[in-house]
Amino acid sequence: MAKLFSRPEALADQPTHYCPGCTHGVIHRLVAEVIDELGIRGRTVGIAPVGCAVLAYNYFTFDFQEAAHGRAPAMATGIKRVRPDLIVFTYQGDGDLASIGMGEIVHAANRGEKFTTIFVNNAIYGMTGGQMAPTTMPGQRTTTSPFGRNTEESGMPIRIAELLASLATPGYISRQTVIKPKYIKKAKQAIKKAFTYQLEDKCFSLVEVVSTCPTNWGLTPVEAVKWAEDTMLPYYPLGDFKTPENN
Amino acid sequence: MGKVLMKGNEAIAEAAIRAGCLNYFAYPITPQSEVAEYLSRRMPEVGGVFLQGESEVAVSYMIFGAAAAGARVFTTSSSPGISLMSEGVSYIIGAQCPAVFVNIMRGGPGLGGILPSQADYNQATRGIGHGDGHLLVLAPASVQEAVEMVMQAFPLAEKYRNPVMVLGDGLIGQMMEPVEFPDHLKTEPSDKDDWATTGMDTRKSDKRNLVRSLFLDPVQLNENNLALKRKYEQMKKEEVRFEQYNTDSDYKVLIVSYGTMSRVCKTAIDMLGEQGFAVGLVRPLTVFPFPEEAVNKAAAKKGCEAVLSVEMSMGQMVDDIERSVRGSCPVHWYGKCGGEVPTPEEVIEAVKQLM
Amino acid sequence: MQSEVMFAGFGGQGILLIGKILAHAAMEEGFEVAWIPSYGPEMRGGTAYCTVVISDRPIGSPIIKNPLHLVAMNRPSLEKFAPAVKPNGVILVNSSLIDIDCGRQDVDELRVPVVDIAQKIGNPRAANIVALAAFVARSRIVSIDTLKKCVEHEFQKKAKLIPLNLKAVEEGVKAAG
Repeated sequence: MAKLFSRPEALADQPTHYCPGCTHGVIHRLVAEVIDELGIRGRTVGIAPVGCAVLAYNYFTFDFQEAAHGRAPAMATGIKRVRPDLIVFTYQGDGDLASIGMGEIVHAANRGEKFTTIFVNNAIYGMTGGQMAPTTMPGQRTTTSPFGRNTEESGMPIRIAELLASLATPGYISRQTVIKPKYIKKAKQAIKKAFTYQLEDKCFSLVEVVSTCPTNWGLTPVEAVKWAEDTMLPYYPLGDFKTPENN
Repeated sequence: MGKVLMKGNEAIAEAAIRAGCLNYFAYPITPQSEVAEYLSRRMPEVGGVFLQGESEVAVSYMIFGAAAAGARVFTTSSSPGISLMSEGVSYIIGAQCPAVFVNIMRGGPGLGGILPSQADYNQATRGIGHGDGHLLVLAPASVQEAVEMVMQAFPLAEKYRNPVMVLGDGLIGQMMEPVEFPDHLKTEPSDKDDWATTGMDTRKSDKRNLVRSLFLDPVQLNENNLALKRKYEQMKKEEVRFEQYNTDSDYKVLIVSYGTMSRVCKTAIDMLGEQGFAVGLVRPLTVFPFPEEAVNKAAAKKGCEAVLSVEMSMGQMVDDIERSVRGSCPVHWYGKCGGEVPTPEEVIEAVKQLM
Repeated sequence: MQSEVMFAGFGGQGILLIGKILAHAAMEEGFEVAWIPSYGPEMRGGTAYCTVVISDRPIGSPIIKNPLHLVAMNRPSLEKFAPAVKPNGVILVNSSLIDIDCGRQDVDELRVPVVDIAQKIGNPRAANIVALAAFVARSRIVSIDTLKKCVEHEFQKKAKLIPLNLKAVEEGVKAAG
């Protein structure tokens, strides 16, 4: 009998600590599948963020470094500059990348550092307990915006993909989601494209993945998917915002 | 190769290359920007890496990433920049990676000034960042010594898998003196395949390497901190370096001073000798680990009535000296910390007040 | 034996450069040297200065309050530093720009119109080299041959400036009498 489904070699045989309905597990799997398909596990170095994915290194089977909050792109820069032959990716959430690490990601993208960033946007700080993020939606209640995000005080949510796509330096910038099976194939294609550009030594690449956080949103997993689809996707449209070809 | 006349900052830059370090990340700050300027030209000539980062914070993590990937790597900065790097240094210490940091100190706190200072003594000797950590800290008093210490810093960092700092001041960076780059201080980087993220294919291994400072298990974290402590105890046994000057004389006053300030003290001691006053000097070459025993013995010598810490900081070294002297005689302080280097005459005046 | 030379003038007069050339020459002759740039409160107000310490043994304090010699390229630096010079030192005064004397009886004051001389040989920017050469000739702190070698070395990357600057050395030596 043919084997149709198995665990990617790049993914550890290890139950994750993520909450029910969280999409980190799906995204981890997509990254692992892409790494397997490209045959690059032996030359890949991942960089874990601070946030829910702080322990991501436990779920992959290749070299990993653990960064400080927001600094993963600087570490990736350090690795890539001294070892351009390694395949390097950062895996970051929205508090990590879009708040404390905004400086590092913008400058790494603008220098055209040839690594890949997987940016998981679930509109909230997860690990620290559901505080407001730069990507939190207007009116969205969090533990530090108990009356809903007030855009008069906190501004509008930051669209990272659009912001980085506006840089003049060539790059691959895409936004995808994995909240329903119908989106997953495209998300994987984008992640594969991102790693492929790196393999070709072409450009910086980033895939933003719109995700859910049922726990901190105070919703069931099913409600969370609906909320993401109805509230986030209209504000965070999907697609490729920039490729090195159409720069 | 014979002696060449070089500015301290440029000599430090060249020393790193001669030591076999071809990777440099930095952010400009006075009074050490010549290091970056020099290496922006020189690294391409030797096939090395030069990158100007977007901030000292980012640079400290470029250093971390590169070190964790097994590269020999260094950066240079000055006081306010080192404060920004302190975050990354703490992670590098926790993750046990080797790296070299050069601090060409200027006055503080805050923006302070751009002139020579030794006001980062406590910061440098107490581990810089958060958590239980230390750097091994070498303090040069001349451009030649800065060259040698930079070259020695790399193998030391690798021996201990711990950051090493070369702690100079603005004068060391800005002054020109003749230097040589001793060939015997060129070293091969150590093999890092047993821990660094060099890539499994590179090291032909199925075992992946993980570099981290996160240990959520309290027992594991305690063990990591004990491992760090063991390294610092080993440094105290094996790496203490100091120089003694005029300590064979029958001195009543012992000076403890390091770096640029110690040179001024030597001149003051010579001048005092001509006037018939004997004064001894212990000069720490490592300020962490501090030469406790040497200071203790020199202070306990018969006839020694007072110890004077002479520093371009407001008595930061006094704690270490008092800890070493262990009460055998009183410890006094003289110094300036605004950017002026005290003159030998001023040091003489301070010494005479103790006589 | 240790001697200290302070070079002082406006920024842009090539003060730091002639200090460096002297330090290089002294090093070539086997001395210990240190070159310390404007790095004190004195650097304010557009004044540039540097000190070169030359010694037959390791140099202690590089911070010199009272230099043995002074090369003053403008009036403010002469007024400021001349009183600090040790007795019996040389004070070179750029008389093209300075119309007062150094006010000291216990030093060897050498007045040379270094800008006029440099202009005569084709480029007023060589005034600093004229001053350095005149000072070296009078103080004999290093030999003129070594000085020439070091001037050539300094301009090796701008070789077309070498003849001008060697001429400046000769004229400076001549002016020192």
